[in-house]
Amino acid sequence: MSEKPEHFIVDGKRLDGRSVDELRPIKIKLSPLDRADGSCYLEWGRNKIMAAVYGPRELHPRHRQNLTKAVVQYRYNMAAFSVDDRIRPGHSRRSIEISKVGRDAFEYVVFTKFFPKTAVDIFIEVLQADAGTRTAGINAASLALADAGIPMRGLVSACAVGKVDGEIVLDLMKEEDNFGEADVPIAMTAGGKITHLQMDGNLTRDEFYEALKLAKIGCDKVYKLQRQALIERYSKEYAENGGDATTRPEGDADE
Amino acid sequence: MERNIVIPGDVVSDNVKMSGSGTYVHGDEVRASVYGLLNIGERYISVIPLAGKYIPHASDRVIGIITEVVYSNWIVDINSPYEGLLHISQYPRRIDSENMSRYLKVGDSILTMVASVDAGMKVELTLREQELRVLSNGRIVTINPTKMPRVIGRSGSMIRLLKSEIGCNMFVGQNGRIWINGCDDCVDLAIQTIRYIEDNAHRPGLTERVQAFLKAKEKTRYGKVHESRNDEE
Repeated sequence: MSEKPEHFIVDGKRLDGRSVDELRPIKIKLSPLDRADGSCYLEWGRNKIMAAVYGPRELHPRHRQNLTKAVVQYRYNMAAFSVDDRIRPGHSRRSIEISKVGRDAFEYVVFTKFFPKTAVDIFIEVLQADAGTRTAGINAASLALADAGIPMRGLVSACAVGKVDGEIVLDLMKEEDNFGEADVPIAMTAGGKITHLQMDGNLTRDEFYEALKLAKIGCDKVYKLQRQALIERYSKEYAENGGDATTRPEGDADE
Repeated sequence: MERNIVIPGDVVSDNVKMSGSGTYVHGDEVRASVYGLLNIGERYISVIPLAGKYIPHASDRVIGIITEVVYSNWIVDINSPYEGLLHISQYPRRIDSENMSRYLKVGDSILTMVASVDAGMKVELTLREQELRVLSNGRIVTINPTKMPRVIGRSGSMIRLLKSEIGCNMFVGQNGRIWINGCDDCVDLAIQTIRYIEDNAHRPGLTERVQAFLKAKEKTRYGKVHESRNDEE
């Protein structure tokens, strides 16, 4: 593990050159998986996340079915190779906790009452981790749910805020997460309803409200990117072969 | 007809009475609940989803496959999160419960209708309606149920086009399963065309596209017939 740096912020710039209210670069690819009902691959800085959604589908074992609504199941898992030291595959105390809060982040948003007795399964695989994987996972899951055509109140966008060198900063990177003073991952809908909030470390009340304000700005930025990804996916297809009816990869129309 | 893409949470109208399928009312606004194409009708605004599962409704005509024979019921896979139940009394003729699998066995396909769906999502099927029957020939392809309306077309225009141009018999189930019967080549072409429709379902002017697609295919089809004739000579 890397050493604790002496200063996190020098001349208003952070270790990776970002300002205090800047997100790491985000890249989104929709539907990379054919077999899943909806999927999303998301890169956030050096985080690499694959999200898959199945359902609504029959829920087994039967006694877990809810007669009035769908059950949302969320599985967060880190690949053994996702961090420097190999982590033991399978569920850990940490992944069980993240799966639980991830599920809670979506239960409010998904219209579960439309699909009684079924399950909506969300799988998050962290392929490469670099701080903020639970928020990145929530963002990817939100897109995968939309891609699967599941009715929702709205997308969920998430980002973390924290405190390093006594300052409130947006979207912690690994060093800031490991050695910083506080880490607050927050998820909210576009309307600002918070569906997920955790806090690790200490913040005063004023600092907390400042952090919340910054998180809102961060989530709005993430939401714009999510929205753009969903809209562009189909408009790009329009542009590529909008006018031509006969183009199809395996088309054998040539004489 | 160009339609806008909307995502869940988008405000699509401020007239609560216009809320149609794929939308929900939040305060005094109508918002989209699914990711899809916005469809502004005269009385309702709805969102046509781009993906999703088939949810059964009464009087839907669907194509099912028998998965299990239990006491006086057949359990039928209807390509949905919910399984269908076909009671022995809903078979067109009276049969003895001991001989059930003589008439319908596991793996058989049926063209059936949803008789009722209760609050607990128990789906009851029937074969006691006109044109409902056991499917003993032909092929079945499955497409995304949300694309099914495009295969049928406006008041059946697309399906008529397919039937007349390709020359095969076809039935499109509400659950995304399509039964096709005809000569092998016809069915192959029909499946290719259906896949083409599925891939291009969100684009405007689909009927013209399909016509062009079939015309292009026709050339190669007749080309092949020509070749085989030459071979005979």
